[in-house]
Amino acid sequence: MIIGLGHYLSVAAILFTLGVLGIFLNRKNVIVILMSIELILLAVNVNLVAFSSFLGDIVGQVYALLVLTVAAAEAAIGLAILVAYYRNRGSIAVEDINLMKG
Amino acid sequence: MYQAIVVLPLIGAIVAGAIALFGARSRFPGQNPPPPGDDHAAPHVDESHAHAAPSPDAPHAVAHETHHEDTPTEPSAAGSGLAELVTCTLLVISCVLSWYAFYDVGFAGHDARIPLFTFITFGDLHSEWALRIDSLTAVMLVVVTTVSSLVHIYSVGYMEEEPYKPRFFSYLSFFTFAMLMLVTADNLLQLFFGWEGVGLASYLLIGFWYYKPEANAAAIKAFVVNRIGDFGFSLGIFTVFYLTGAIDFDTIFAQAPGLVGKSFHFLSWDFDALTVACLLLFMGAMGKSAQFLLHTWLPDAMEGPTPVSALIHAATMVTAGVFMVARLSPLFELAPVVSAFVTFIGATTAIFAATIGLVQNDIKRIVAYSTCSQLGYMFVAMGVGAYSVGMFHLFTHAFFKALLFLGSGSVILAMHHEQDIRNMGGLWRKIPFTYSVMIIGTLALTGFPLTAGYFSKDKIIEAAAVGTNPMAIYGFIMTVAAAALTSFYSWRLIFKTFHGTPHDQHHYEAAHESPKVMLIPLALLAFGSFAAGWPFLSMFAGDGVETFFREALKFGPNNHVLENMESLPLAVSLTPTVMMILGFLVAYQFYIRRPDIPVQLARDQRVLYEFLLNKWYFDEIYDFLFVRPAIWLGRLFWKGGDGFIIDGFGPDGVSARVLDVTRNVVRLQTGYLYHYAFAMLIGVAAFITWFMFSGGPHG
Repeated sequence: MIIGLGHYLSVAAILFTLGVLGIFLNRKNVIVILMSIELILLAVNVNLVAFSSFLGDIVGQVYALLVLTVAAAEAAIGLAILVAYYRNRGSIAVEDINLMKG
Repeated sequence: MYQAIVVLPLIGAIVAGAIALFGARSRFPGQNPPPPGDDHAAPHVDESHAHAAPSPDAPHAVAHETHHEDTPTEPSAAGSGLAELVTCTLLVISCVLSWYAFYDVGFAGHDARIPLFTFITFGDLHSEWALRIDSLTAVMLVVVTTVSSLVHIYSVGYMEEEPYKPRFFSYLSFFTFAMLMLVTADNLLQLFFGWEGVGLASYLLIGFWYYKPEANAAAIKAFVVNRIGDFGFSLGIFTVFYLTGAIDFDTIFAQAPGLVGKSFHFLSWDFDALTVACLLLFMGAMGKSAQFLLHTWLPDAMEGPTPVSALIHAATMVTAGVFMVARLSPLFELAPVVSAFVTFIGATTAIFAATIGLVQNDIKRIVAYSTCSQLGYMFVAMGVGAYSVGMFHLFTHAFFKALLFLGSGSVILAMHHEQDIRNMGGLWRKIPFTYSVMIIGTLALTGFPLTAGYFSKDKIIEAAAVGTNPMAIYGFIMTVAAAALTSFYSWRLIFKTFHGTPHDQHHYEAAHESPKVMLIPLALLAFGSFAAGWPFLSMFAGDGVETFFREALKFGPNNHVLENMESLPLAVSLTPTVMMILGFLVAYQFYIRRPDIPVQLARDQRVLYEFLLNKWYFDEIYDFLFVRPAIWLGRLFWKGGDGFIIDGFGPDGVSARVLDVTRNVVRLQTGYLYHYAFAMLIGVAAFITWFMFSGGPHG
């Protein structure tokens, strides 16, 4: 079986869908939301690398590395916010985070 | 000189008003005065004004709460003495000048018209402030300034314990100014200005003790009932302006004969123009002079201080209606239907008020109903065309009615603000001077021969007897009957107050004669009650009318009332005197010899007694006919019209709908992160779908 572009794209789509569902089906933990965002970004990365390889354009891979960097930074900031939030509120359960309203 | 007569009281009012305002500012800086009686005085009041004499009625103040005019123990406002001095002095000057004017105009014949300045010039409407001085005005000037200055002086004594004297004197002087403006008016607008001015002063003075709910209610009632009359009066002015194109008296009177028989087209009806105009104008007179149907405010107005009752609600303001009819005699002379109506209303009022006066127990109310009744007499005279005779009674009545009121005030003060004659009795030993002047006033009121009232009242009855209009005979019968009733209730007042045994021993023991400052005005008025009659008889009701009044009063070519009065049979002329004696004898029998008879009579004639005691149930009827429907209608418009429709569909409704929408929108904003994320995804999905199927914003 030759692994073609379609397979890569399928994996990426499945990863993306998992990530999206993970954000709003998750009722437990904010960290899971962060991980879901990571998943979505990785799905995008898979797409970028796959297209780069199949189209013979190296820019896609360079862009994937950039996305990884941004994702790392985002994860660091997100975790830092979580720690600060936990110190303030004593909980990071998704149910308890409902202050973002008027 | 005439300017001075009119303006001096205004200056007094302004000065006293300024004193009152500054006094209030310094006494209560930045806050409202506390209701009197609560606490004794603001702590920072200047001690030099503190009231030294202890209030004599303090110990039994509670027992007679209902009868008491509140006597706050606050000290007088700063500058009270100055305010009294200024207003009294100016009024006395004005009074002296008025008497000179009376001589100058009435006897020397120097009529005058003094233009002051232009008031309104608008289209066809020209109106200017001008003083019209003729005999009619001169009579009124004398009446107003004399009674007013005496009342001012009397008030210095009567209002001794009142803390807000500057305000009181300011109002009194303002009233006098407005009344003088009214009587010197040269056009209907100026007359209306004075008319409303006295109405305002009356309102302010009835409600002078503004912390008493009854006083407030009475003040509002007086104002509202007067507005009904004024509504007719202003419509009358509009009608006259519509008919003649002018509002100054000279033009109106010159055009009046040409208006006879003209009709006035309104909607789809035709009315006789002069009849409509005069009827509407007379409606104003009915309101101001408390005639039948619009009389209800006058007895209630007795809630005001007694000098006010004497000045406004007996001697001067209430005669404004009579004066107005006399002033407009060239119009009324040409409207025979209205003249008959005036006679009818006057005669009805005379008898009606007298019947109520029979059974009242409040000393001031009896005198008030008597006023009402006497005003009816004046209108009878006006109605039958004997204008000068009506003015004569106005002139004499001012003296003896002011005397009776001020005498009653003296009695009330002696009894420590007791007004119920059932609690008096035997007072003649304690207050002999007040007793004697009250007797004089009563003699004049009942028409005892040679007193002032005898001449004027009998002349009215004679005029009614020879009157030619269809109501004259009714007027004659009613005024004769009312003469007997007048005599009865007046002597009843005297007997129950001054004779018999004291009913309230405590008050009786403490009764004391009033200070001299009150007794001197009483003495002068008592003198007037005699002297105002005979010397003026020929001017008002005899051969001298033509030379005295000249152009001021207009007698039509068919008006021979004054001539016919001369040839009246003696029997008719004697009727009022007989009636007076009859009333006196009955009163003597009832209240001196057999005091049990009236009690028995009241018990036997329960229904009649209640009917009269409740003033023919007029207040109740009006309450049912007008007040309740008005309240109902007001509530309907308030709750239904304004509350439900306007607010419901207007501001309140809109805001409620906005709230409904936002309440649902708010529910979308849960605060949960995943809901927001979901919404974002839906949005992204929607955008992508749109892009896919339409090819983007430019596709």
